[in-house]
Amino acid sequence: MTHLVLENLDVRHGLLQAVRAVSLSIEKGEVLALIGANGAGKTTMLRALAGAHVPASGRILLNGSDITGIPAHRRVGMGVAMVPEGRRLFADMTVEENLLLGRQAGRSGEWTVERVLDVFANLKPRRNARAATLSGGEQQACAIGRALVTNPDVLLLDEVSLGLSPLAVDRVYQSLGSLLASGTTIVLVEQDLGRALAVADRVVCLLEGRIVLDEAAAAVSRERVTQAYFGLQAAQAGSASS
Amino acid sequence: MMDSIIQGVLLGGYYAVIACGLSFMFSVMRIINLAHGSLAILAAYILYVLADRFGISPWLGLAIMLPVMAVVGFALQRLVLERSMRAGLLVPILATFGLAIVIDNLLFQQFGADTRSLAPFIGDLAYDSWAITENIYVGKLAVLVLAVAVLLLGGLQLMLSFTPIGRAIRATAEDPDTAGLVGIDARTVNALAAAIAVVTVGIAGAFLGMRATFDAYSGGTQLLFAFEAAVIGGAGSLWGTLIGGIVLALAQTIGAQINPQGFLTAGHAVFFAVLFARLFLPGSGFRVRIRTLLGQEA
Repeated sequence: MTHLVLENLDVRHGLLQAVRAVSLSIEKGEVLALIGANGAGKTTMLRALAGAHVPASGRILLNGSDITGIPAHRRVGMGVAMVPEGRRLFADMTVEENLLLGRQAGRSGEWTVERVLDVFANLKPRRNARAATLSGGEQQACAIGRALVTNPDVLLLDEVSLGLSPLAVDRVYQSLGSLLASGTTIVLVEQDLGRALAVADRVVCLLEGRIVLDEAAAAVSRERVTQAYFGLQAAQAGSASS
Repeated sequence: MMDSIIQGVLLGGYYAVIACGLSFMFSVMRIINLAHGSLAILAAYILYVLADRFGISPWLGLAIMLPVMAVVGFALQRLVLERSMRAGLLVPILATFGLAIVIDNLLFQQFGADTRSLAPFIGDLAYDSWAITENIYVGKLAVLVLAVAVLLLGGLQLMLSFTPIGRAIRATAEDPDTAGLVGIDARTVNALAAAIAVVTVGIAGAFLGMRATFDAYSGGTQLLFAFEAAVIGGAGSLWGTLIGGIVLALAQTIGAQINPQGFLTAGHAVFFAVLFARLFLPGSGFRVRIRTLLGQEA
């Protein structure tokens, strides 16, 4: 069943067009890795999916119904949650309070504050610590936990490994493991290509706001991804057609 | 001297009530509401009209006036503050300044220059007192106001710390964009916070009318006292606001003992002393606070 559909999506930052005419459909339970160079439009696309950025044109469909005009806070209630780039925890609030915020979306399910603290074991002793005092890995776990407490059907993860030590990244992906298996649809932005290919079912590469590669993660070769990433394919195609 | 201190603490309770809404609005929405005093006077006039025309006691009148003030707060946020905030930090200050002038003059047009008071409508509570020693008396109303100040500030603090709406208010204050991503409707939360703030202004206006007199242009003085108490207490800290109100009132009552003109002068002097201490004393967390007070990264 198709879970999430993007139709001809254009997203702008003022005059800058970050995402250009992107069409994509994502199946239920699929794990899609979004890759591309800095400024390729990955974060902007993710934020448009979350409702934090209003598209200039095009449509976003969730389970077949149009959610393009629905603001972020209501999409959370519909099961679309995002872990923003840079964690963006509420620094003056404790870990537990940050997690409790996720409950306000009013979606019940298997993810509770207690469950998150069980899965992310490193958070448990820091339960009453202010978020600002956490280490990078703990902060990332808390940010993911906060999104999980909303019990999402679609989870958008923006660069969860950014600024973390390799060990901390391992831990974050380890705890994501059970989630990846649970049938939640996941769109993740990841700079580490190896990691992206290992985790995802499907890889989509963006270049200057356009999709230049869309393949099953198991079938695609690193070379093809690298070519798409740096726009070599597009250049070749361009020179071939002229 | 003992008497001055006791009366000062009691007066501080009133200042804390009037500063409460100002401090709350600043800490949650980073807005300094210059219509604060005028809204308090508006609340006092609502109670006055209810009592004078319709014979409703001010205590019962609160049940009508406070919901009205909540709606006023909600509308203030949606119609004035939310729009003006998009234009920068200074615009909401100017907008609320303009609003203050509009409220003051509308009240003047409607009610004229006569000073009014709610004291005649609350029976002997207006002047009754308890004797503590032979020559120290505390007014029953003043004790009630102080008790309400503690309950109000404490209640708001507890609400912010332990309730879902309190957490939503704090999250929105810190980062409205991310609050949206975890399912919080930042617009509604801000409007609710404004409604709560203006309800506390209504309570302050009621007490002002009961313990003293007011006219259409009394708002400015109330705003000044509220502002001084909030700044002395550390803007944005609710318990600090209670301390700030008491410090301001103590300075005023002790100042008045020294010289009959000393009431206002001593209050202003303490306000400026605290303000400059925060600006110029190095190494203290106060510098950070003053930066927040002047608009974050100023």
